[in-house]
Amino acid sequence: MKQFLSFIKKEFLHIWRDKRTMFILLGMPVVQIIIFGFALTNEVKNSKIAILDNAKDAASTSLMTELNASRYFEIEKNLYSYNEIEAEFKKGKIKLAVVIPQQFASDLQHFNKAQVQLIADASDPNTANQLTNYATAVIMDYQKRITNDRKLPYTINVEIRNLYNPQLKGAYNFVPGVMAMVLLLVCTMMTAITIVKEKEMGTMEIMLVSPMKPQMVVIAKAVPYLVLSAVNISSILLLSRFVLDVPINGSLVLLLFESILFILVSLSLGLLISSAAASQQTAMFISLVGMFLPTIMLSGFMFPIENMPLPLRIVSNMVPAKWYFTIVKSVMIKGIGFHAIWKETLVLTGMMLFFLTVAIKKFKIRLA
Amino acid sequence: MSAVVVENIIKTYGKKKEVTALQDISFEVKPGELYGIIGPDGAGKTSLFRILTTLLLADSGNAIVDGFDVVKDYKEIRKRVGYMPGKFSLYQDLSVEENLNFFATIFNTTIQQNYDLIKDIYQQIKPFKRRKAGKLSGGMKQKLALSCALIHRPSVLFLDEPTTGVDAVSRKEFWEMLKRLKEQGITILVSTPYMDEAGLCDKVALIQTGKILSINRPQGIVDDYKKPLWAVKSPNMLQLLNELKEKNEVEDIYPFGEYHHLVLKNNIKKEELEQWIRQSTTETVTVEAVRPDIEDCFISLMKN
Amino acid sequence: MSNDKVITAEQLTKRFGDFTAVDHISFEVKKGEIFGFLGANGAGKTTAMRMLCGLSLPTSGKATVAGFDVYKENEKIKRNIGYMSQKFSLYDDLTVKENMRFYGGIYGMSDKQIKDKTVFILRHLHLETEGDKLVKSLPLGWKQKLAFSVAIFHEPEIVFLDEPTGGVDPVTRREFWNMIYQAAADGITIFVTTHYMDEAEYCNRVSIMVDGRIDALDTPAQLKKTFEAKSMDEVFLKLARKAVRNAD
Repeated sequence: MKQFLSFIKKEFLHIWRDKRTMFILLGMPVVQIIIFGFALTNEVKNSKIAILDNAKDAASTSLMTELNASRYFEIEKNLYSYNEIEAEFKKGKIKLAVVIPQQFASDLQHFNKAQVQLIADASDPNTANQLTNYATAVIMDYQKRITNDRKLPYTINVEIRNLYNPQLKGAYNFVPGVMAMVLLLVCTMMTAITIVKEKEMGTMEIMLVSPMKPQMVVIAKAVPYLVLSAVNISSILLLSRFVLDVPINGSLVLLLFESILFILVSLSLGLLISSAAASQQTAMFISLVGMFLPTIMLSGFMFPIENMPLPLRIVSNMVPAKWYFTIVKSVMIKGIGFHAIWKETLVLTGMMLFFLTVAIKKFKIRLA
Repeated sequence: MSAVVVENIIKTYGKKKEVTALQDISFEVKPGELYGIIGPDGAGKTSLFRILTTLLLADSGNAIVDGFDVVKDYKEIRKRVGYMPGKFSLYQDLSVEENLNFFATIFNTTIQQNYDLIKDIYQQIKPFKRRKAGKLSGGMKQKLALSCALIHRPSVLFLDEPTTGVDAVSRKEFWEMLKRLKEQGITILVSTPYMDEAGLCDKVALIQTGKILSINRPQGIVDDYKKPLWAVKSPNMLQLLNELKEKNEVEDIYPFGEYHHLVLKNNIKKEELEQWIRQSTTETVTVEAVRPDIEDCFISLMKN
Repeated sequence: MSNDKVITAEQLTKRFGDFTAVDHISFEVKKGEIFGFLGANGAGKTTAMRMLCGLSLPTSGKATVAGFDVYKENEKIKRNIGYMSQKFSLYDDLTVKENMRFYGGIYGMSDKQIKDKTVFILRHLHLETEGDKLVKSLPLGWKQKLAFSVAIFHEPEIVFLDEPTGGVDPVTRREFWNMIYQAAADGITIFVTTHYMDEAEYCNRVSIMVDGRIDALDTPAQLKKTFEAKSMDEVFLKLARKAVRNAD
């Protein structure tokens, strides 16, 4: 036990003395969350929109004036057919198109209700979300105003279509995404790198020739990063709760428990990488290409998995971050309990056991 | 009982075993001996040391260290040997004291427990005990590394090329330290590419491309050298070398410090040799019979 | 300046902060000379060599290499010198021929020159069959001999050798020195560092650095006489033991 503690102490010294890396590891989540915080408070102001007015009647014209008069929007272009919309989006100038159907005014007159369609470019989900919200608000204002002096209320149904990213993933995705990424970085990459560093320095040879059990060496290497990750999770959660106002709707205990599970998965992965890599560069390369890219691309954090082609959807199931991401979203944002995420938890547990077994089996008690 | 017994060790690398590192190596080290494995880079020294310290498995053959089999009883061996790998460089970001303390704990001991063993060595670096290992000079690093390898009072100490890349002064000091350790009864196996260090060992094995060329006491190796050996010198050394190389009587000639060493096929008298050399060169040539040293023996063994 | 002095250094000094790595050294190296540059670890050899190769600017003092000033003409210096060290010599993952083509290319040699020279070197070293093998598959001794050939591939005026024979077997070490002799006889000046004291004897003149200064500079024979020593080893030990500083 004393050996073990002394090893852990040594690891902490390594981390502590390499101040630059330490600050990056501890500061990165903070910076990411804060940058995102700024991105969120970006207010919508004079956003350029396009209008496809199929009615061209009094009501549609006054709705258009309403939109143009608000400080949020500025009509950039009038379109003449539905097909033009996508072309305009591709030009990138507008992010929102408002489609007013034929007989808008007469629908209102005769049936007391009409429809307006909002089409948003949701490749930037935050902006799309905000624009449609504001536009809806303006339309509702208009509806209220024209209803004012009537007995039967007018109803304008706003139908929202999000092009490119219909689920409108974004805002609240960011916090779970950062959590998954930071944990992977700290646990997988740093663990792999420090173990490989001992190999490079020749100190691993001494460790192996010492009476210390090889498994102990490996576990002792992992402990400091577990602690570091815990610090990171806390700082992310505190910041997101109090700076970004992202609520923790579910059980905090459950969230922490699931995070520790994910940390263990990441640590096992790090150990696995360390046994395969001979140099620090290789370890870093494997962690980046093998872990980060899939995490960013295939965990559902940046791009919705549902829209991916089948092969990618299948591959995404092998990315641990995907499961963790689902769990965090469910617990933190949707506030769902364990009963809804036991499947994901089971998958992560299975992954951890698998990686850990392979890593320990592959960890050599000898060289080469 | 021998401290180390190596029997018919073969080690190859590569998928098809195409690289042979050790070809049928056998030798024995007695307790308390300072045993030198002398050979150039690529001779197989590191592979041999790794097999003996249980870090590598041999393809075939047996090895016993301190009475334990290197394969079956590797755990026992790991408790009782000390090892300083060739590229060993300590933890650069830990101080001298932290390094030593760390290794002591890893080996289940404390600095105090075996202080008498490392006292001589450690006292030289003690004034710098708060300095980071990365900031030490080559010689001091080596002393710290040796202290770390000794901290658990190993029964057998394996030092893989401890003096490579170290200047002549530090090398001398290092060997003096080894001599004192030997007096404490520790068996030491040390490998080196420097032939001149062979003379400082009790016994040496000369090794080249995975084969042992000779095993003997250093004096014994020199005594085994039976060819007539002369040292020759002239103002134009390159010319002398090239001219004598062509002669039928010459088996070998090679630069050796300020002289060339001339190996002849047959014994002749000094006057005879002088006269014979004078025929081929106009320069004044100095000729002296010399006793071979380990390097002469190594060259001769290598060329056979 | 006189034509046969290939390297001149006058009061050459390099300071890092308050640490004087090289402390007012002065010496000259003649054309075709084999100049041994000895010193304990940390004596300042590497720093001095870097200044002469144009890789590092001196703090003060004067030096010329191949007739060029180390302050202003370091690009010209680099074109006229060859360099080889124990640690870095050839690219392991390129073949012998690819290495030669690469180095020839760096020094702006024509394809034909490179080709002729490659054939010549491989024949000279009896390695005709090894030209297309990866360097990492060759024994260390061959590698070092090839590396030296590559270092003088572009026929530089001076070649700097930094511990070229470390770890090499005694036979190959001598073959290596034969190549050095040959190059020197062809007029290439050799500037060499080594930890093997017998190799110091092979040099025409030897300088020994202690604590950043050159404490001795003479022919091996004269040095032994001055220091009443039997071998260069003894000379070196007598001088280096005086060292007080302990940096690396």
